[in-house]
Parts: sequence; C-alpha cells; structure tokens
Amino acid sequence: MTERILLAHGGGGQLTHELIQRVFVPRFANAALARLDDAAVLELCPPIAPGTRAGRLAFTTDSYVVSPLFFPGGDIGKLAVCGTVNDLSMVGARPLYLSAGFIIEEGLPLADLERAADSMAAAAAEAGVSIVTGDTKVVGRGSADGLFINTAGVGWAPAGVDVSGANARPGDALIVSGALGEHGMAIMSLREGLPIAAPLRSDCAPLNGLVEALLEAAPAGAVHSLRDLTRGGLAAALVELAEQSGVGIELDESRLLVRPEVASICELLGLDPLHVANEGKLVALVAPEAAEAALAAMRAQRYGSEARLAGRVVAAHPGRVVLRTPLGTSRLVDRLVGEQLPRIC
Amino acid sequence: MRYLDEFRDPAQARALAERIHALSTRPLRIMEFCGGHTHAIMRHGLSQLLPPTVELLSGPGCPVCVTANRDLDYAIALAQQPGVIVATFGDLVRVPGSRSSLQRAQAEGGDVRVVYSTLDALALARAHPDRRVVFMGIGFETTAPTVAASILQAEAEGLSNYAVYSAHKTTPAAMRAILRAGEVGLSGILGPGHVSTIIGSAAWEFLPREHGIPCVIAGFEPLDILRAVAWLVELGETGRAEVGNAYGRSVTGEGNRVAQAMMARVFTLDDADWRGLGRVPVSGLRLRPEYARFDAAALYPLDPGPAAEHPGCRCGEVLRGTLLPPGCALFGRGCVPAHPIGPCMVSAEGACAAYYAYGERP
Repeated sequence: MTERILLAHGGGGQLTHELIQRVFVPRFANAALARLDDAAVLELCPPIAPGTRAGRLAFTTDSYVVSPLFFPGGDIGKLAVCGTVNDLSMVGARPLYLSAGFIIEEGLPLADLERAADSMAAAAAEAGVSIVTGDTKVVGRGSADGLFINTAGVGWAPAGVDVSGANARPGDALIVSGALGEHGMAIMSLREGLPIAAPLRSDCAPLNGLVEALLEAAPAGAVHSLRDLTRGGLAAALVELAEQSGVGIELDESRLLVRPEVASICELLGLDPLHVANEGKLVALVAPEAAEAALAAMRAQRYGSEARLAGRVVAAHPGRVVLRTPLGTSRLVDRLVGEQLPRIC
Repeated sequence: MRYLDEFRDPAQARALAERIHALSTRPLRIMEFCGGHTHAIMRHGLSQLLPPTVELLSGPGCPVCVTANRDLDYAIALAQQPGVIVATFGDLVRVPGSRSSLQRAQAEGGDVRVVYSTLDALALARAHPDRRVVFMGIGFETTAPTVAASILQAEAEGLSNYAVYSAHKTTPAAMRAILRAGEVGLSGILGPGHVSTIIGSAAWEFLPREHGIPCVIAGFEPLDILRAVAWLVELGETGRAEVGNAYGRSVTGEGNRVAQAMMARVFTLDDADWRGLGRVPVSGLRLRPEYARFDAAALYPLDPGPAAEHPGCRCGEVLRGTLLPPGCALFGRGCVPAHPIGPCMVSAEGACAAYYAYGERP
C-alpha cells in the first residue's frame, strides 16, 4: 500500500520528527542541519583575512508551486533549489546556504516527497550549496496541491563585485546563454497533453558555475547585468533591464536559438518564444571589450555551451526593447499583460 | 523547419518586397479584413517593406472587438444568474462592457470559466449536471462550426444543461457593410485565410462583381502576406478586379462543405449588432428554433439594461478602417493592454493591441 503523508506528519510530534529524520536529514546531509537547532549557525565563507574587505551578503527567497510536480528535465525539488541558486547568482553572489520550507497536502505519497527531496539534494550538490534549515507543514486535503516548496538562499558577493540590473550601459554586448522557452513549453505540452513525438525537457539547471566562470573570465566590473530567464521569458528580462538601467536594448531575432520542437508548439498555441519561461538560461550585459572573453568562458561551461551574442545596449529608446527581425524590419518587444501559463514554477 | 522557415525566408521576402516596389506606381489602399493579419503584419514589421504607395488598413476581423456591448452586457448579466456557469474564450473576459466586465463579474461571485474550445465547455457541462453551462458563442465562420458541433454533440449525448449564446457573425456581410458605407476608399481586400478555408474563396466573388475591387486571400506567414499584397498590387496596377487565392494550401473555391453543412443545420441567418457597424442585415447566426432548448437567449431572456460606450473610445472607427489606432486620443494613454477601455486593445486580434505591442506608442 502506498505510504502517504498524514496531517500528523506536520503536527510537530513524533511523526514530524520521524519524517524529517527519514526524508530530509540524510539527503541534505550537513552538520548545520543535523544539529536540528531552531536555527542553523553558519560559518561566513570564505573566512575573511584581516585587512581585506568582507564583501557583502546576498539574500533571496522564492516559492515554488509548479504543476505537475514532476516533468521531463526536472521536478519541483530541483526547481526550488535551482531557482534560488540562480537568483543569488544574478547579482554576482556565490550561493552558499539554502533554507527549505515544505507545505504538503495531506495524502501526498511519501515516495513523491522523497523523490523531490532527492532532486533537491542532487541539485544542491551540483550547485555546491547546503540546505541548512527547513520547515515542514501539512495542510488538509484540498488546501494545497500536492506539494509547495519555499526556499530562501544566502550568498556571498566578493568585494568589488557589482552586478545589477541597473548597471547596463549603452554599448554593452547582450549575450543569451542558450535556447529559449524550454521550461515553459515542457510544462505546457505535458499539461495540455500535446501530441508530440518526444517529450520536451525543461532546461532547469543551477547557473552559479556559469556565472562564476563568466565573472572570472571578464575583467573586474565588465559584467554589468545578469538576469535569469524565468516567467515572462527573455522579453520580460530585457524589458526589466532596459527600464532599470534607463537604456534601450536591441535584439537580433536571427541570433536567438529556439529549438524546432519549441518553435512549432509555440506556433501551434500562438505563443511567442520570447515570452516563454526558461529555468536554466540567463542573459548577460557585458562591456563590449569583454564580450569575446565572456562568451568564450560561457561556452566552455555545460549550461552555456550554446551561448551567443544576440544584441546590444543602446542609448536610444530608453526603457524599450526593439527586435530586429530576419526580414530586416523591426518591432517593439514588451512583457505580456497577463499570465501566459499559471503555476509554471 | 517545415511549415515555419519556408514561409519566413528572408531572401524570398526581400524578392517579394522588391517586386512590390517595382510594380507599384499608384496609391493602393488595402484593407486586411482579419485581425490575425494585422498582428502578423505588425509582428514581422511587414509595412516597413512596402513602398509608400501601398497602404494597409486594419478591418473588422476581430471577433471579440466586433461583439456589441449589448451582447457583452448580456453575458455579464448571465454570469450573475444562480446555477449558471458562463464558459468563454479568454479575451472576452477582459473586455469592458457598458458597466462591468466578465472578469469583474467573476470577482463578484459569478461563475465564469475560460475555455480553449467548445470541447472544454461540454466537459464542464458533464462535470456539473446540476448547473447550466452557457458557452459564449462569438466569432466568425471559423469558430461557428465548432459551436454547431458542440450543440449536435450535446443533443446526441442528451446533455440538457449545455447551452450557447450565439453572437456569431458572418464576414462577407461586414465587408459589404463597410464598402456600402463608402467611408474609406478601398482599392483591394486582403482576404481572411481561416474564414475562407470554411466559406471558400467563391464567397468573395461579390467584391469584384458588385464593388469592382480585387480580393486576394492570404495565409498568416510573412511570405503569404507579401505574396498576396504583390498580387493585389499587380491587379491594382492593371485595373483588374478578381478574387485571388494566395493560400492554396488551405483554401479552396467551395470551402469546407462539412463545416458549412453543420452551421446550416444548427444556425440560421439573422440581423446582428456589430460594434462600429451597427445593425447589419443578415450578418449574424442565431440558433434555429428546433435547437431552442440549447439557446441561452431563449432560456434566459435577460434585459441587461441600456448599452453605453466609453465616450472617448474609438474602436468603432478602428474596426471600420476610418482610423488607425494611434489616431485615438486614448491609445497608449488612458487605454493600454493592462487597463483597456475598448476591446481592440484587449484582444489578441485587436488592431490597437497589435499596434501597441509591436510598434507605435505615444
């Protein structure tokens, strides 16, 4: 018989204790978590040598409510780790510690929770972060949908690193790290039961390694802005950057990579791949003289092997993104008004 | 990629644009009937490839946009009826009616569900046998057959809690009304691709015959549209008026007989109210009396009150082709996609939404 989560698993008593000991402690294995104190006590990492500037902390949080919980290329657990790792990486910080809060619907098969926790552990190991504290709540049937996860993350931004959406400057090169729309279309094709030959895989991945390689390869201060492409896709990320920095952005459609299977499903559903979510891609705005080194460093990384120059930052049309089409025409790119697809992450 | 790249090939597009430039000597005003064409033209920036002599004007081919406020008000009133679920395509939910919108009716407790097809609406009816599901039937000959099919399906299943409010409209009637009004001097029509797939290219023969202007039916890819425009320019330059079919991979002379028969079985022609055009004779489809038990208008004879439009909204003129969206004082100022005042700024096929999304903003 399927073992299922009971309301009592969230009651704070013996069953809660057993659940944590069985599911989370062995998987997330680290000393800070294993102590099971009310809060994790952490080393500042790396230790600061006397006389050097300490750098700064980066801190972020995100909640994950994706439906379905499991999809080709990932699941809610992997997403919950990668999403927060990526948010920390986008300000140039090295992700160090994560918290994980679980809101579980009564009746969730225990195996599903274990599978999600396995994915979290694997993603955390890949990203080199520790899940050091957490919380488990169980709500009655119908009060949630299977499993919701919140993660918060702390990262360390070395002194001198200043990456921000507000730092883009005219002349910057625009680099996109790979193919567009793969997470969104994987979820949508699964949810809508689209008749496709091979299932689309989400591109869900931790991007901190890619960002570290990029920061290392580019001269100090040359990486101006980074943004991961999540809900709203490349379009939303670029409009945000253009607005935040008060610059214009030009994008070359012919330089963008959209895989044929993604392009055809988008066409079928009337979606623009520019608006479709990724979970393992980023856009970088880099000083022009550093563009080549940055691109080469990204391409040497697993999650940046298809990185490409795809546009530039301009002084004209501040706050707006203009797309140059392969036909030699141009048009505006904007964020979507409504939600293209609910509960995608 | 098959069926995408071959219709977007830059070299072929350039060649077509050059051909149009070479052919065009006199001003040519073309109306693209269909909102899908307007969006494709704006999305690919096709006007930028045309000479100044060739003018493209957006027409009334946006189902949500031409839906009269009275019909919207009825849907909103219906959503407030106990025991009723209103099922509708997504765009309609956000369109402001005279006093409210379906979106607001939903927030106030009305049961409004967005569906992607009539199949979803039928599934809703099966899942809620204790309530009546009313599908808001808007659109042209492209969607009407699927709605007819849903009624036939409900009949076959004995699904007695499914109904349709039919505000369907026929496209040739609208084109005729615009030409008869004579407000815009049109020299050619870019014929709707999907509609013509159903009704056939022969349905447009009245354009050259009665009005002396050519019509070329086009698909929705850049090369489809450029090819049709080149054809229209050629006809215009040689003074010939005829119907051309530049969408041969989908459109035939007689159209889809099965779909036509289904429509004829369930619907009958009637006068209809259009936003922008007013009451147009024999331009709407209502349910035949023998399907009255599926007809929401018969089941719920509601009076939604007097219809009123926002005094500054000029959607009607945009739909008639007498005004380009940026010419409206509200465009991009009071009226933006997130806070639309008129339907042309809401719909995925609305001209204002296309102009706003892809190009022109104050």
